[in-house]
Amino acid sequence: MIGESVLRLEDQPLLRGEGRFVADINLPHQLHMRIVRSQVAHGTIESIDAAEALAVPGVAAVWTGADVAAIPPIDFRQVGADQMVPYRQPILAQDRVRYVGEPVAAVFAVDPYVAEDGAEAVVVEVSGLAPLLDAAGPLGDFDGRLDTEAYVFTEKTGDVDGAFGRAEHVLEADFSVGRHTGVPLECRGAVAVHHRSTGTLEFLGAAKVPFQNRDALARMLGLPPSGVVLREAHVGGGFGVRGELYPEDVLVALAALRLGRPVKWIEDRQEHLVAANHSRDQRYRLRVATDASGVVEGLEVEFVSDQGAYVRTHGATVATLAAAMLPGPYRIPNYRVTGRVRLSNKTPAGTYRAPGRYESTFVRERALDAVAAALGIDRAEIRRRNLIGSEEMPFERGVDALGTPVVYDSGQYEMMLDRVMAHIDYRALTDSLAERRANGELVGLGLGFFVEKSGLGPFAGSRIEVDPAGRVTVTTGEASVGQGFETVMAQICAETLAVDLDKVSVVHGQTDQMSYGMGAFASRATVMAGTATHAASVALRRRAIEVAAEMLEASPDDLELVDGAVRVVGSPTQAVSLGAIASSLGPASPHVQDRPGLVTEEWYTTSHMNYPYGLHAGVVALDPDTGSVGIERYVIAYDIGRAINPMLVEGQIVGGAAQGFGGALFEDFSYDEIGQPLVTTFMDYLMPTAAEMPELEILLSEDAPSPLNPLGVKGAGEGGTNACGAVIASAVDDALGRPGAVCSLPLTPERLHTLCRSGGAASRV
Amino acid sequence: MKPAAFEYHAPRTLEEALGLLHEHQDEAKVLAGGQSLVPAMNFRLARPSVLVDIAHLPDLDRIEATEPGSVTVGARVRHLDLEHNTIGGPLGSLFALTGRWVGHYPIRVRGTFGGSLAHADPAAEWCALACALDAEIHCRSASGSRSVGAGDFFEQMAFTTCLEPDELLVGVRLPELSDSCGVGMAEFARRWGDFAIVLAVTAVERDGDSIAGARIALGGVAGGPVRASNAEAALAGRPATAGTVAAAAAAAAEEVDPTGDIHGSADYRRDLVRAMVTRALDQALK
Repeated sequence: MIGESVLRLEDQPLLRGEGRFVADINLPHQLHMRIVRSQVAHGTIESIDAAEALAVPGVAAVWTGADVAAIPPIDFRQVGADQMVPYRQPILAQDRVRYVGEPVAAVFAVDPYVAEDGAEAVVVEVSGLAPLLDAAGPLGDFDGRLDTEAYVFTEKTGDVDGAFGRAEHVLEADFSVGRHTGVPLECRGAVAVHHRSTGTLEFLGAAKVPFQNRDALARMLGLPPSGVVLREAHVGGGFGVRGELYPEDVLVALAALRLGRPVKWIEDRQEHLVAANHSRDQRYRLRVATDASGVVEGLEVEFVSDQGAYVRTHGATVATLAAAMLPGPYRIPNYRVTGRVRLSNKTPAGTYRAPGRYESTFVRERALDAVAAALGIDRAEIRRRNLIGSEEMPFERGVDALGTPVVYDSGQYEMMLDRVMAHIDYRALTDSLAERRANGELVGLGLGFFVEKSGLGPFAGSRIEVDPAGRVTVTTGEASVGQGFETVMAQICAETLAVDLDKVSVVHGQTDQMSYGMGAFASRATVMAGTATHAASVALRRRAIEVAAEMLEASPDDLELVDGAVRVVGSPTQAVSLGAIASSLGPASPHVQDRPGLVTEEWYTTSHMNYPYGLHAGVVALDPDTGSVGIERYVIAYDIGRAINPMLVEGQIVGGAAQGFGGALFEDFSYDEIGQPLVTTFMDYLMPTAAEMPELEILLSEDAPSPLNPLGVKGAGEGGTNACGAVIASAVDDALGRPGAVCSLPLTPERLHTLCRSGGAASRV
Repeated sequence: MKPAAFEYHAPRTLEEALGLLHEHQDEAKVLAGGQSLVPAMNFRLARPSVLVDIAHLPDLDRIEATEPGSVTVGARVRHLDLEHNTIGGPLGSLFALTGRWVGHYPIRVRGTFGGSLAHADPAAEWCALACALDAEIHCRSASGSRSVGAGDFFEQMAFTTCLEPDELLVGVRLPELSDSCGVGMAEFARRWGDFAIVLAVTAVERDGDSIAGARIALGGVAGGPVRASNAEAALAGRPATAGTVAAAAAAAAEEVDPTGDIHGSADYRRDLVRAMVTRALDQALK
């Protein structure tokens, strides 16, 4: 069953319309919250007049910053640092507003229509301050004391200055990636209720990291963690964005406590595009030192991450990952990087699928193409010369990410390059493209090699329990954002216990069902929860055989687990089902050892991530009249060690690639000169649709299982996205016959049209 | 994204509908498919206090040859019905060619021809088609009726027509195109189904190897649909060659005066006019 593309357990309720998303949850007497958002990018709040709003029939309460001044700002969930603490976001703006969309007041009313009527009636007077919109430009003032540079860090390994001193070729280049983000089908939302009978605050609609958010909410509201229960419902996509703790979540929880009624908030799409985390938006300057054969000896990088108006839960995660993963699959022995997390008057930023890696792969692969062009080396060949060899694994990069040293656990990089070269018939393909170009077509090939990271620790737990009917329940503190988590956990469990998949239920993201949990991010769920579930399944299998041996008066060595029953080898009628074993383990049973029931709980801990890797190859055809890019062919090779469910892995890759193409060609949060967002609806935020997607050719491989877990599995969530920007840029360069023409994303039709018309080899965009 | 409060009416007769528009004047909006109005109401960009839904009015859902040489399209004919029309001939082809560019399939199932014209988005396909063919737009009110040529119907300001607040667009009369007429439609949008950045609708009357006359309308380059009259003049009486097409496309790019937005600057739109006119003419001359 592991390794089989079984259909998703999740799909039955979803396809029947029986899913339960947060918007489907309604509680008696609930109030609806509507947020009043700043219309001004930067300014001092002079006054907020709620009188007219409070007079709207059905409005129960209106809060402003003063009402929640005692609630601390939202803390970092990861990669925090003391110097970033003053830049955290309050749940409602206090004295200043710092981006269009910032919550300045909350209106609570009997239905969402009345709440919106009330929100319209709140009068906010702001005296404008000059907005800062170019994070890479001069620093601005944050709060009268601090400037807008929240965090600066340097990572280094080897002797960079020495490498540049002896380099035969030095290349310098600037690159940038625009501002875009994950836009899940389901917007954010929350429903909170304070159960006075038990004193418990229940928060429904949690996602991604329910346990960490429980702890944060408890801290902010002054409650014990055991008095706050978070529940995950169905989640319609995460992508890094959904499930982080945002101001609205805290307001809903606080309102349920203070107003004594359930409170519901469902974000609308226009809010989502200005309020949920943005991402990317980085600018780089690189220096690359190589020898005459194109082998990179030294790399020096400086970059600025435009964090937007506040540092949110991710702290410096994106910048840290960009820096740590930038060298990718190449040896690059001497490397120095300085990252700057700077604020601007835009929507705050956080992680988005392949955070920091989409950007740094673009930058690294662009740089490698540039070196290849400068030295007259084939683009595949220069990559081959720099790839880390399989005999060098595990490979210590010499830098840290997310508090752990980056050590590539396994990889057969050259084998993957060979496979892709053979699949696309590289020589024949490049020849045919050259011939088409000679005939006037603008067609080109791009390549992008990368290393991903997955399986972030430090822990995941899984408890497996069999009931007397033989039904198996896997309970974990990890989470599902819609990626097929339940199916994958059930596959791992069902294979080990030799039961049918539909005998297994998976419970996740319920903070009262498990003591600890992390969640669904960093491509960690299958690696971490999967390993814990595997361990718990193995332990349960052992325990079942142990008890069955007592029941059947046989030696455990003579027993086997087949079709949900333990039986004597060679004598299948002498058998006892898992349900019967569970029945025999009541609290007073003589079979009981540590605890009653057929139940096991295992915890997997690790201090290391593991590192899947991939290679994208894409062919584009440009239309010089319109500047549009058609993707003729797109190949994604990805090695995740072991695919539990190849269909789901391919689904991850296809969806991820759509998002990668979005950032490369379509999606761009632009602002005017006073900081007004120009992209606040789906009329202007252009996600690729099925019509814009090429048919993908996916080469899933299992050449390099992870030595860090018994399944050998690595995470699959982000490899589809990672190299899309790099490959589109590379292919466009090739089509134009102008290496280095594309230095920034997104490559909109107008920009490409300008590039096509400008003709001269020196022009770049 | 919840609309402000409004009153909803679903009249069963034209008289009833016109009575409601007369009664409520500026306060009322006609709901004719709702593919633009309802999102605008959800954004609270439009906040009519009265909606008059014409979905149940009899007879407005027909495409019919009311008199020789012309076809009348009822106000609430769906985009999809025009795309899959049975009119035949070049006009039928032009409806089919143009219809497939209108939004996405679900939009084409609900949205209406009359709704699109009355909404008057400067990048709307049907508005450009009506402009190209000098459509006659029939308007009714409680106090009477009138017909307005497309050239006068669309004001050169986005989303603005000559319809009075109490008037209902009931139908559009379009001329049949002769069998020697070729039609073409070209559009560039960022994605399939998006509003055009630039679009061109053409109908070219052939006279052997020459062009007898041509109609070219453009969308996305002004406050409303516009005719490229210099380009049309550059085609009339000329041989049907690539050179003639190129000259006409250049004339069209020259005569428009577009404004830019985040999807395309004025200069870019001008270049797109040249490309779209070329493609639409090539198609018409094929």
